[in-house]
Amino acid sequence: MAAKNETVFTKDLANKTMRITRTFNAPLTIVWRAWTDPEILDQWWAPKPWKAMTKSMDFRVGGSWLYCMQGPQGEKSWGIAEYESISILKNFSGIDSFCDEHGKKNTEIASTNWNTNFSSDGNATAVEVVMSFKSEADIQQLIDMGFQEGFKMAHGNLDDVLEK
Amino acid sequence: MRRDVFQAIADPTRREIIGLITQNPMTPNAVAESFNVSRQAISKHMKILTECGLLSYSIEGREYYYTVQTSKLKEVNDWLKPFKKHWEKKFDKLDDILANLKPKKHGRKK
Repeated sequence: MAAKNETVFTKDLANKTMRITRTFNAPLTIVWRAWTDPEILDQWWAPKPWKAMTKSMDFRVGGSWLYCMQGPQGEKSWGIAEYESISILKNFSGIDSFCDEHGKKNTEIASTNWNTNFSSDGNATAVEVVMSFKSEADIQQLIDMGFQEGFKMAHGNLDDVLEK
Repeated sequence: MRRDVFQAIADPTRREIIGLITQNPMTPNAVAESFNVSRQAISKHMKILTECGLLSYSIEGREYYYTVQTSKLKEVNDWLKPFKKHWEKKFDKLDDILANLKPKKHGRKK
């Protein structure tokens, strides 16, 4: 079988964003479904050994996806994705936040803006996820909390050094 | 007090100091001249950066010349690795799922 497709990460420090791109060997309609149908999302959204479980999903502008990730010890981390724009088979965007099981957002933890783009390339589909944070303080908080899910902060020179 | 590379770069002034010294070894006075804050403040930032292992100095005559420890900076890059792993693992799972999804499957339960 073909080797795994590469997951490419790029960061744009000036704009406090990170971009993830990945090609999947499946047609656009299927890949779109995998990202927008809770039954399928639950099967892959959490990396092993975690499991994703959808409590509710309303995939439309103004709607949201309330889900949790359950760890091997049964620990649960709840998240809510609120959809701000949807363009079928092309793009959806929204805000991801930490919350409780009722979807009440934890305002102590920074939210992340998501913009997910899909583009068809024959039988393959490219997906691009752009995540952006509001401020450097938000990024720092996520690092401090150990989520390690922020962006590297630095100015040009520092970044050049890191790239070496 | 926590002293690691993340604390070192948490402060914008400290990041600028690193950026500046990356270009040339510099004395604290030379660094201070590039900022609108007090010499004491710069000196404190440089002390923290040194304690975090991001700066080191050598003494020439009566001057302390600071240089950036690039190996330490690499740690900053490394913290992205778990994040990348997280996504790679998810996408590998998704690959398997996509392989099993039939393109023309209708009538999926609502």
